[in-house]
Amino acid sequence: MHGTLAGDIGIALVNVFFLAVLFAAAIAIARMRSLFAIVMLAGIYSLVSAAWYVAVDAVDVAFTEAAVGAGMSTAVLLGAMLLTSRTAKPEKLFSRVGPMLVCVMTGAALIYATVDLPGLGDPNSPVNSGVGYTYLQINWHDTGIPNVVTPVLGSYRGFDTLGETTVVFAAGLAVALLLGFGERSLAEMIRKEDRTSLRQKPKAPEAPATDEDPA
Amino acid sequence: MVAASLIALLIGMALLLLRAFIGPTLYDRVLAVNSFGTKTVLALGVLGFVMGRPEFLDIALTYALINFVSTIAILKFFRYRSFQVPLARRSPGGKS
Repeated sequence: MHGTLAGDIGIALVNVFFLAVLFAAAIAIARMRSLFAIVMLAGIYSLVSAAWYVAVDAVDVAFTEAAVGAGMSTAVLLGAMLLTSRTAKPEKLFSRVGPMLVCVMTGAALIYATVDLPGLGDPNSPVNSGVGYTYLQINWHDTGIPNVVTPVLGSYRGFDTLGETTVVFAAGLAVALLLGFGERSLAEMIRKEDRTSLRQKPKAPEAPATDEDPA
Repeated sequence: MVAASLIALLIGMALLLLRAFIGPTLYDRVLAVNSFGTKTVLALGVLGFVMGRPEFLDIALTYALINFVSTIAILKFFRYRSFQVPLARRSPGGKS
């Protein structure tokens, strides 16, 4: 009994730590001007939130967050930064009031909505009493996969997942085309490289980049 | 014992986060992010044992791979200012 309680408190403290890190990272992102640092911190934010999803036992969401948030979106944000400037312009104090109002109101609405949520592990909640309960009962006989989320996504709702994957693939393809990951820019780069090598000019090593690098 | 290592890892994460906040140069921040990813992987592995579910090790392995690939991408971006540079040297046709 005592050991279980201590374990629960420990897990709760881990959750609190992860959420505090997320809060601090979000505040730092909002206050920084260097876009490089913001992209780095966004990577940290995604990693921590993925780790937190694992800690609260939402493993599939954590996988998605780690792959998309920490891996792909960092690369995409860096690529997007190539096309724009490297630092954010400081905003006027007055223009921040509107977004802050929207954020505060959305947060208040969400907190108000959590009052109606059923308790964790409540047997009468819709999650545990409806179709979810049926899945839990028939899943093992149907598929034999221990994690229930996997057969629900891949077997019972296979076509749905296929459609979602197609949409995500198309979106990723569009982003890649817009940012110019394609063959054309690669060929152009190689041509430029050949031209410089024909002139026999050795490339000067780049100066170490700092946050204030305007290049 | 496992809980103590988890606490140590969390303290390390906090310190790395501080470095990522105040890091004067970019490379401090890149290093902080990379080490933070490693710390996350380790913390997930330890957390699996604390919660009695060692299957979390698989997730930790995936995170390690993602962390490695994204660090390579970031460093490549800083070196070449572009992602469209092949990492290996091209065929002997165009020696640059």
